[in-house]
Amino acid sequence: MKLHEYQAKVVLQEAGIPIPGGIPLLKKEDLSAVLKKLPTGPWVIKSQVHTGGRGKAGGILKAQTPSEIEKAVAALFGKTLVTHQTGPDGVIVRKLYIEQAMAVKKELYVACVMDRSKGCPVMMASMEGGMDVEELARTRPEALYYQDVDPVTGLAPYKARSLAQHMGFQGAALNAFSAVAIALAKAFLAWDASLLEINPLGLTADDKVIAMDAKMSLDDSALFRHPTAQAWRDPSEENPLDVRAQDAGVNYIALSGAIGCLVNGAGLAMATMDLIKFHGGEPANFLDVGGGANTQQVTEAFRIILSDKKVKGILVNIFGGIMKCDVIANGIVAAAKGVGMKIPLVVRLEGTNVEEGRRILKESGLKLSAVVGLTDAAEIIVAATR
Amino acid sequence: MSILVNKETRLIVQGITGSAGMFHARGCRDYGTQVVGGVTPGKGGTLVDQIPVFDTVERAVKATGANATMIFVPAPFAADAILEAADAGIALIVAITEGIPVLDMARAKAKLASSGWTGRLIGPNGPGLITPGECKIGIMPGYIHKSGSVGVISRSGTLTYEAVWQLTQLGIGQSTVIGIGGDPINGSSFVDLLALFEKDPQTEAVLILGEIGGRQEDEAADYFKKNMSKPMAAFIAGQTAPPGRRMGHAGAIIEGSSGTAAEKMNNLENAGIRVATSPESLGDTLSSILPKKTSTK
Repeated sequence: MKLHEYQAKVVLQEAGIPIPGGIPLLKKEDLSAVLKKLPTGPWVIKSQVHTGGRGKAGGILKAQTPSEIEKAVAALFGKTLVTHQTGPDGVIVRKLYIEQAMAVKKELYVACVMDRSKGCPVMMASMEGGMDVEELARTRPEALYYQDVDPVTGLAPYKARSLAQHMGFQGAALNAFSAVAIALAKAFLAWDASLLEINPLGLTADDKVIAMDAKMSLDDSALFRHPTAQAWRDPSEENPLDVRAQDAGVNYIALSGAIGCLVNGAGLAMATMDLIKFHGGEPANFLDVGGGANTQQVTEAFRIILSDKKVKGILVNIFGGIMKCDVIANGIVAAAKGVGMKIPLVVRLEGTNVEEGRRILKESGLKLSAVVGLTDAAEIIVAATR
Repeated sequence: MSILVNKETRLIVQGITGSAGMFHARGCRDYGTQVVGGVTPGKGGTLVDQIPVFDTVERAVKATGANATMIFVPAPFAADAILEAADAGIALIVAITEGIPVLDMARAKAKLASSGWTGRLIGPNGPGLITPGECKIGIMPGYIHKSGSVGVISRSGTLTYEAVWQLTQLGIGQSTVIGIGGDPINGSSFVDLLALFEKDPQTEAVLILGEIGGRQEDEAADYFKKNMSKPMAAFIAGQTAPPGRRMGHAGAIIEGSSGTAAEKMNNLENAGIRVATSPESLGDTLSSILPKKTSTK
């Protein structure tokens, strides 16, 4: 789950990391009330969207006076931002954050992120913040510094100082940066984050640090123990089909092809997409119904696939383990009848109780192709959707 | 021979009184696995299908001599269940549970490493493992397997069944089949298990089923080149998957650029591993690398 900047700033503030004064503007109507509570100017008005690159896309405006704030708010609310991460459709700005603009002598980078191959979080930092960090890693990898974070005890103070020293800090700035790194690791662990990034971290003329931006993602599997974060969920920022799939307990990602896929298991689902491509077709989606899908889930999965108007046919590929093929066959038949399936449907069943499953499909009266092997499945659905 | 499990394996099931735990405890026992006990805190002294239930793993081990456990404990408590099993001296821990918080696993793994435990953790979020005809610890359908000489390691569940079924239909049996799980942090990697297969006299060839993301397959390619004498085949799922919306920029950097299917397939091929390009040819690809005597069974 991704947090908005204004939410991540609450996390940073609670962790003791200095942030500029700011107030979120969640509804346009709240503007006059927000203007009365503003810290001193000048200000930056920042779009709150779940994507990077919003500054370049015109999602951040500056204001010297309250009337300039009003103008910026009017310009940004409802604006569609297209960044390198959003795709051509872009995202609509529905929330803003109004913050004190900071004058700093240097912009730094610091982030804590889960490293799956090391099996622990890693702190990464650079003296060259403010820019696209992927770009920095590509062009000047030597400018990035790393330090492992202990998943139990966090970042030991001496390791934070060592990181700061290697980066080239000295004096008061060394201590100020170390304190931020320690606090960042602590917040990362406390919130079950998968990413907590400050870019830029400002270094002021008097060698203090301040978090000018914040990006944070949380581990969905750990949300059960974070009620505050649950309340912060913002479904308006998510793709409506994704939300629907999530509610149904299926894993769905829309793609650009014409062949809908309904598969059990993520690995087999990806392999089925590969199979379609290998036979000259294009998958319309990735969809994993999970290990114990029931009729309702299969029905909802069909509805989600069919709501994509590009879909010209559907390939169902189920290898029943725990899920028995007869149960799945009944689910497919009920679902296909329920949604009034009018496009070609190819069903490949294998696994526990497969004979019974195939019999149910055959006797259903539905116009579908029940196939045995993967090659047949692919060839038939690709031909049917040409 | 085989790796990790055989006829002598004595299994307990943590979370045996839950519906999944109970169902699969029966499934494993029906396959022939020695299921000697179960653990559910507060249910000690009861029976599940004549299988005695204990309150703690410590007590279960003392009473039954168990040396393996299969964990179905709900995700919020699963990492604790893993540590409990290791603390009780269980040598093989198979965690089936899905959705364990990543940091819980990071902490459990760090703790296992520092505790001096010398056992092996398989999973979490995987189907388990099976030595066909001898011992099944997991949720896979047993009948698709056939005893033989091919070792299989996979990051996926149902894709593993697909591969095994193709092998069995070609008459190619398996020594041991292991699902290492799809979570970001897991107990055993491809490399950990390749080392065991290399040493196992029954295993003549190995099939690995990988996925996009992470670096495990590249490490396997490296390991194969340096340390393995047995032939190996591989498949990478996700050749057509769009570039991941992983965890923003920083996540992508840490994982490096070596996460795509094309790059992984390339690395595997360069190491001398035969790579299947389509999931329909998993069995055929493996068959093509087998020493002559077994491929004509």
